[in-house]
Amino acid sequence: MKMNDFEAVIGLEVHAELKTASKIFCSCSTAFGASPNTQCCPICMGLPGALPCLNRRAVELAAMAGLALDCTVSPLCRTDRKQYFYPDLPKAYQISQAELPLCRNGFLTIKTLAGERRIGISRIHIEEDAGKLIHSEGSTLIDYNRSGIPLIEIVSEPDLHTGREAADYLRALRAVLVSCGVTDGKMQEGSLRCDVNVSVRRVGEKKLGVRTEIKNINSFVFVEKAIEYEIQRHAALLADGKEVPFETRRYDEASGKTVLMRVKERAEDYRFMKEPDLPPIYLREEEIEALRAMLPELPDARAERLVREYAIAEDDARILCSDRALADYFEAVADNCRYPRLAANLLLTDLLRRCQTDPFHSPVSAQRLSSLAALLGEGTVNSTTAKKLLQRLCEGDFDLSATVECESLGQIRDEAILKKTVLETLEELPRAVSDYKNGKTAAIKSLQGRVMARTQGRADPVMTERLLKTLLAEYEVEQHV
Amino acid sequence: MSEMIKRSLAEHRRALDGGEYTSVELTRAYLDEIDRREGVVGAYLTLNAEAALKSATEADARISKGVARGALDGIPYALKDNFCTKGLRTTCASKMLEHFIPPYDASVVTRLNDAGAILLGKLNMDEFAMGSATETSALGVTRNPIDPDRVPGGSSGGSAAAVAAYEAAFSLGSDTGGSVRQPAAFCGVLGMKPTYGAISRYGMIAMASSLDCVGLVTHTADDCGAVLSCLMGVDERDTTTVAHPDPSFKSMKKDAPLRIAVVRELLEDEAVSLEVRNSTEEAIGLLRECGFEIGEVSLPSPDAALAAYCVISAAEAASNLARYDGIRFGHCAATEKELLSLYAKGRSEGFGSEVKRRILFGTYMMTEDKRVLYYDRALEARARIRERMLQILKQYDMILTPTTPTSAFRTGGSLTPMQRRRADLCAIYASLSGLPALSVPFGHDKDGLPLAIQLIGAHFCEGLLLQTAKLFEEVR
Repeated sequence: MKMNDFEAVIGLEVHAELKTASKIFCSCSTAFGASPNTQCCPICMGLPGALPCLNRRAVELAAMAGLALDCTVSPLCRTDRKQYFYPDLPKAYQISQAELPLCRNGFLTIKTLAGERRIGISRIHIEEDAGKLIHSEGSTLIDYNRSGIPLIEIVSEPDLHTGREAADYLRALRAVLVSCGVTDGKMQEGSLRCDVNVSVRRVGEKKLGVRTEIKNINSFVFVEKAIEYEIQRHAALLADGKEVPFETRRYDEASGKTVLMRVKERAEDYRFMKEPDLPPIYLREEEIEALRAMLPELPDARAERLVREYAIAEDDARILCSDRALADYFEAVADNCRYPRLAANLLLTDLLRRCQTDPFHSPVSAQRLSSLAALLGEGTVNSTTAKKLLQRLCEGDFDLSATVECESLGQIRDEAILKKTVLETLEELPRAVSDYKNGKTAAIKSLQGRVMARTQGRADPVMTERLLKTLLAEYEVEQHV
Repeated sequence: MSEMIKRSLAEHRRALDGGEYTSVELTRAYLDEIDRREGVVGAYLTLNAEAALKSATEADARISKGVARGALDGIPYALKDNFCTKGLRTTCASKMLEHFIPPYDASVVTRLNDAGAILLGKLNMDEFAMGSATETSALGVTRNPIDPDRVPGGSSGGSAAAVAAYEAAFSLGSDTGGSVRQPAAFCGVLGMKPTYGAISRYGMIAMASSLDCVGLVTHTADDCGAVLSCLMGVDERDTTTVAHPDPSFKSMKKDAPLRIAVVRELLEDEAVSLEVRNSTEEAIGLLRECGFEIGEVSLPSPDAALAAYCVISAAEAASNLARYDGIRFGHCAATEKELLSLYAKGRSEGFGSEVKRRILFGTYMMTEDKRVLYYDRALEARARIRERMLQILKQYDMILTPTTPTSAFRTGGSLTPMQRRRADLCAIYASLSGLPALSVPFGHDKDGLPLAIQLIGAHFCEGLLLQTAKLFEEVR
């Protein structure tokens, strides 16, 4: 089987919880992690006689998502009942939008190895989440706290072709939604979930292959892996002349494979019905424009600006802008700093690793990181010392300049002192010297390391390297025969 | 029987405020009458006697201090058993909800509580409001107080019977396709279905959401106006409610003569009995004498209206009743191990045959290939009917029809389901159009059973309907 003979067509349905304080049709809290069934009422429990009352904030956030993704936001839309029986669905129908979704015809541009790609977004609609089944031995319990949490479903066009692309799309989508405050995007808490539709066909064929739906994947990595696995599986079936069955599958994280959930005879019939308990949703042009005006700078645009204004690397800018709080922090640091590149480096390579909170929250004030980058940039301390200082700042704040002076952490740039240390080092490591002389130039690294160790990491690395090279050239090794 | 229970709400108000009798005495009088007549009438499913007397004591305290809450303070009433009452069993006359105790009050119940009205109990009905004789109730039999061999009508049969038998000063029912107007007509009392959206549906257990209205049963037009005033208005819990442009019904008197449209097709439909036709003609004659202008209009085919009503109400009912799965409340086939059999067995045991019939019918109508054929066409027919009704009500102030094609029929379910559907004929036009409609008692048939006419007005013209009903009261 040659994979080149096949191409995959992939579309994503992404569910994002909207960041509202209360649920979509009642005033219950949306806070995550409360004891089961403590955040529900007659409405979200579907008790007889209860009626939904639409949370306007959910509509606004959904419209903002649409505007951020270049969709047309409909001035008039409706809600519909999607009807099916399941214990987590209290009314036995989900209030969703079928015919007239809130947003349509948008797109999201993603960067791929092959350049920029525009991924179509066919629709965004609002709907309510269901409760959560908790299976334990011999019984199933239901928690309705999640029932009625507002969601948007973002349906992409089938414009994606690889697992990597799908994961990139999902990352970019998340960054946009989080930056707009539409969702907190916490995949581990289920506030962003992804269903994937994959089909595979032979290259050149017009007709789409039979698709598989993979439900509820909750990480970028798993989206990529699940799709790659599924493409291989489809291609293998097709190469053997077999048909791909119409199925719903799930991704098994342990084995890295997708496993069958249920075979679909045909598309499910949800008996959609216009929701008679809710009036149509109107959004006036002024309201839409007011929401558009509230949109923050979107991640891509911001990354471009950061590259322009601070001359940082494009990849760094993109990572910084994947989290609005992180980008805000960086700008606070960089604004008062003559060395934004160094600041970005310290932030991305050292600080970010220490605080994995989402959204990003720094234990080090922007002003301190700015000062640290300046000390580094001006050569007062070298990068080893800077990293150590940053680690100490994470544990507690202190005055940088005073500490550097007081603890003599400043970089050694006195040529006489350094020369002496270098010569001592050459004496100490004759093997490295002879290796170097015999053409193994990499041996200089161990000599450099030794100099650093002798100076408790304070030697100016550039000066050290220059001195090493000069002195090595002059240095005569005693020949040991 | 104590005479006080026959008085109007305004007379009760005067007597209570003037110290002629207390709310406790009045409540006891109604409870005594319930005691005396329930053996035959059977209007109530659940009595709230103890709580009612406690509320009456509180009302008396307010009244004696001169801080009564208005027209309804201290006046006893009853509710169809599909209004949720906090802590008080609410069954929809179904095995499914036989032991259901709601944790909240319907918005209308809250309003009546706040107004100081005294809840006597919960009234029998057709199961989940599906039926027109109260004979589909799984929990009790209600008889027509005028003639116990006759049905009280339905689905709000208990509501009409309780008021007709003086077992409550007024009652609330629900009207989806005549469910308040028809039993009111059968029992000889006034039945009002207000404009859709005029009264909150929150807490009224849904049958067909786009048609369901809170309905009122009273003895007089003034009584109806007083209760209506208390209940109408925007409720944030029901976003289909709208503000009533004329909440005190003041602006309805006109200088020009009022114009009444008579629908010939409805008067001459084969289902309409001769006595009903004659009585309606008599009512028309009376109005003409009083200076009304009478004209004749035509409506889209009754068959289309009946079909549209059947399909839409069943489709919405099937959807609304899907939540009775036994998981969170209601009857549960708890011994079943598989989810599907838990649903199937629980619902088979909990629902009666009429409810099942409509759920099956409504579900079928919504399946992928049938939906376009039936449901979508029913919606189109509904839009045409509504358009035509509004067009007529631009030229006329009211439409007059009989409320029902016949007087109350005999007990024992002699009618086929399709015949029973046909009995909704005159009622459904107002329901499909969201218009206010009032059933006014007028005349009797040869067996002495009450007959009634129906007045349909433009949206929010309840005042005009009540004003015209008063005219009939005066000549009666």
